[in-house]
Amino acid sequence: MSHPSLGSVALAIAGKDLRIEWRSRVVINQVLPFSGLVMVMFALALDDDAMLQRTAGGLVWLATLFSLFMIVQRSYAVDTQDGALDAMRVAGVDMQAMFLGKSLALAAQLFVLEVVLFAVAMVLYRVSPLPDESTLAGFVLLVTTVICATLGLGFVGTLYGGLIAGAKGRDSLLPLLLLPVLAPVLLGATRATESALRSGGAVVAEGWPWVAVLVVFAGVFGVGGLLSFGALIEE
Amino acid sequence: MGSQATRSGVGTPATRVFGVIATLALGWVVVGGIFVTPPDVVQGESVRIMYVHVPTAWVSYLAFIVTAVASAGYLFGRRHSLGFDRVAGAAAQVGVSFMALTLISGSLWGRLTWGTFWEWDPRLTTTAFLFVTYLGYLAVRGLDGTPAQRAKRSAIVALLAVFEIPLVHFSVVLWRSLHQEASVLSTDGDIKMDDLMLFTLLVGVVGFTALFMWLVSHRQRVMALRDIVESRRIDVAMAERVAEGTPL
Repeated sequence: MSHPSLGSVALAIAGKDLRIEWRSRVVINQVLPFSGLVMVMFALALDDDAMLQRTAGGLVWLATLFSLFMIVQRSYAVDTQDGALDAMRVAGVDMQAMFLGKSLALAAQLFVLEVVLFAVAMVLYRVSPLPDESTLAGFVLLVTTVICATLGLGFVGTLYGGLIAGAKGRDSLLPLLLLPVLAPVLLGATRATESALRSGGAVVAEGWPWVAVLVVFAGVFGVGGLLSFGALIEE
Repeated sequence: MGSQATRSGVGTPATRVFGVIATLALGWVVVGGIFVTPPDVVQGESVRIMYVHVPTAWVSYLAFIVTAVASAGYLFGRRHSLGFDRVAGAAAQVGVSFMALTLISGSLWGRLTWGTFWEWDPRLTTTAFLFVTYLGYLAVRGLDGTPAQRAKRSAIVALLAVFEIPLVHFSVVLWRSLHQEASVLSTDGDIKMDDLMLFTLLVGVVGFTALFMWLVSHRQRVMALRDIVESRRIDVAMAERVAEGTPL
């Protein structure tokens, strides 16, 4: 009897999570409109076109972080509802693969969310990573930033979501736990995005050190999560 | 533990020593800090806040190190002794309180010295994040579960925090290096330490550390007693349920 590889189990779990989301459309129907609404609310609150254009990067990532909590909670609600998480653990599913799979699914959903939010920002806040069609540098920086930041968000969201999954009184706890941890991602992603969008005179080259911060963050929490996720879920 | 439970408190000869040291040292800090030590050449009387601010900052960092080490002791120790978990929790509670004192005293000092209650410089920003991180740790300790579940969850959160705080600090340092104006406002305050001032400061550090040891010891023991009471309550309830089923 062959032992399934870590990668194939992780992909299977990621596929399961994404398939559940596709069939239930909770993120698509609730979280995406919520995040779009948050972007509109920012415009109402800040009431200054020039400021919106300058701070567009920060606003997109803030909206992403607020939506992250909802997606993580949804991801674990699905698993704890009928004891699915316990069933998978008892069935011998490798917890490292589960961590990777859930992180991947979370990152995929976040990626879609961010693409939508950036499109909304381009329309509502009038920013663009391609101010002149001749240079792709800003666009490349933006795509790299989004990928690296989203990986980090996926790892951290899955790790801390698993930490308090199934515990009572957890709903308001997740933002409190996650936001301090996500400060480096917010800082790194926003500064890199501002460079990519050339907001407030920023230059594309200034963004790459921040991408390095995002990569380190994703690395630390990817490894940290692989090591501790099993211990977290085993009660 | 048995002989302690019959007394009216959780004090022991060891904690009494800490208590005496703390009382004497803090007594000197209050008298010396307010009346005897000279005002600073640059800052005037507001330097006296330092006698509280510096020791509480030191103790809060110490507390979080204790929490991290005790959490590691619980997770990686062979017996997973809950004593480690209690020390971690007690240290975090005391640490958060001292950090709140640090932030408040620092904020007041800043108002007097810089004219503002807050500055977004790296040290303050990281301290604020550290404070909120440990509030989150304490909230995780408050979740439902057996003492063992609580211990494992909070130990993992504490150890993750050990990795997360340097990352946060590094990002904030990088972020604030983009804003060059911080050079005028040195968080060290540029104090030329008179001998008596330095002595009072060190006495303060000793006193607050003794106070920390005293508080953590007592808190840890109270937590142990509370766990015992809780488990006895469950035993009593179970015995009552069993007794209900016994035929008369």
